[in-house]
Amino acid sequence: MSEVWSYLVTNGDDVLTALVQHIWLALLPVAIAFVLALPLGALVHRYGPVRHVALTAGSVIYTVPSLALLLLLPGLLGTSVLDPINVVIALTLYSLALLVRTTADGLDAVDPTVLQAASAMGYRPVRRWFTVQLPLAMPVILTGLRVATVANVSMVSVAALIGIGGLGQLFTRGFQLGFYLPPIVIGLVLSVALAVVADLLIVAVQRRLTPWARAGAR
Amino acid sequence: MSLDYLLDAANWSLTNPEGFPQRILEHLGYTALALLIAAVIAFPIGLLIGHTGRGALLAINLGNAGRALPTLGVLMLALAVVGIGLVPVTIALVVLAIPPILATTYAGIRSVADETVDAARGVGMTEPQIAWRVEVPIALPIIVGGLRNATLQVISTATIAAYAGLGGLGRYLFDGLATLEYDQVVAGAIVIAALAVVVDLALAGTQRLLVSPGVGARSAGNRPTTVHPEPNPEPAG
Repeated sequence: MSEVWSYLVTNGDDVLTALVQHIWLALLPVAIAFVLALPLGALVHRYGPVRHVALTAGSVIYTVPSLALLLLLPGLLGTSVLDPINVVIALTLYSLALLVRTTADGLDAVDPTVLQAASAMGYRPVRRWFTVQLPLAMPVILTGLRVATVANVSMVSVAALIGIGGLGQLFTRGFQLGFYLPPIVIGLVLSVALAVVADLLIVAVQRRLTPWARAGAR
Repeated sequence: MSLDYLLDAANWSLTNPEGFPQRILEHLGYTALALLIAAVIAFPIGLLIGHTGRGALLAINLGNAGRALPTLGVLMLALAVVGIGLVPVTIALVVLAIPPILATTYAGIRSVADETVDAARGVGMTEPQIAWRVEVPIALPIIVGGLRNATLQVISTATIAAYAGLGGLGRYLFDGLATLEYDQVVAGAIVIAALAVVVDLALAGTQRLLVSPGVGARSAGNRPTTVHPEPNPEPAG
C-alpha cells in the first residue's frame, strides 16, 4: 500500500495525464455516437427495411475485436497507427452500433396512443418528437448509454498495447518494470472508479430527465 | 494495406508452427478453457440466484463491476501475482467471461413466468426438478445468448495471451508491431475478426438446435404477471 502511495507521489503528474486522456478517449466517442444515434435510431424505428440493414451492420461491427479494429483502421483511413483518432473512431463505431439499437427500441416502446393524444392536442411532428416521443424513449436510450459508457471506459485500456495513452499505459508501465504492482493497481482502481462515476452521472441525469419514472415506481 | 502475409500459402500450412491453422487452434484453446471455467462458476450461481430470487442485487452489481474491469489490467495483476504462463491469461479471460454468463443466466431464469413455476410445483416437482427441467429449458435461449456474448468477448480478448508470451492469433499483432511489418498485423487482425464472426454464426446455429421447439425466443421473454414500466436494467447484449 505504501508503495502505491509513493508511486502516486513521484508519478502523480503522469497518472493525472493518463486519467485525463482516458476520459477523453472513452467519453468523446460516446458523445458523438449519442448525437448520431438519435436521427439514425429514429430512421430505424420508422422504416422497417432500414432496421434490418442497420441492426445487422451493427452486430457485425460489434463482432470485430477492438484490438483488430484499432490496427485495421490506420490501413483503411491512412492515419498513423499511433494516432488517437483511430481509438475515437473505433469506439464511436462500437457505441453507435449499440445506441442505434437502443434508441430504436426506446422509440418503439412509446405508447402510440400517447402520440395520437399529442397530435390531437395540436403538436406538430417535429415538436411532438422532441417534447413527447424522445423524453418517453429516454429511459431505454439512457440504459444503452450506460452500457456503452462503461464498455468504452474499460475498452480504452487496450489502446495502450499499441502505444496510445490512457490508463492502459499504467498497465504496460507495470509490465515494463517487471510486473511492478503499484501502477497496475492504480490503473485498475482509477479505471473502475471512472466507470462507476460516469455510470452514476448518467443515472443522475436520467432521474432529472424522467421525473415521472420515479413517481411511478412508488 | 497489403494482404501479402494473409495470402501467402506458407502461412496457411498445417505443419508450420507459426502458421494460421496452428495459431487459430491455440486461440480457440485459450477461449474454450476460459469459457468452460467461467461457465462452471457462473452458471450454478446464476441458476441459484434466479431460482431463489436471493442475492440478485449482489449479482447485478458484481456483474456491472466486472464489466468495468479492464481485462488488460486484470492480466497484468495476475501476471504480477502468479507469474508468466497460461494461468494468468486464463484468470483474466475468466474474469471477463463471468459477468455476461452470470447476468444472463439470472435474467433468463427470472423471465420464466410465475404461473409456469407454480404449475410445476403443483404437479409435485421438487425445487431442483423445477430449476433443471422447467426453468433452464425455458430460459435456454437467453442463457445461450449470454454464452454467445461471452464467447465473442473472450475470442476478441484472447489476443492478450500473446502479450503474456503465449501463442494465439495475438502473436501476429504484437510481432508485427514490434518488427513494423504492418502486413502481418493486418493479416492477424483480419483472421481474428473472421474467426469471431464464424464462431458467432456457429453458436447462433447451435442455439437454434439446442432450444426446445416449444420454446420460442418470444415465449421465454413473456412474463405476463409482472409488467415492468422500465426495461430490464441489465441488458442481455
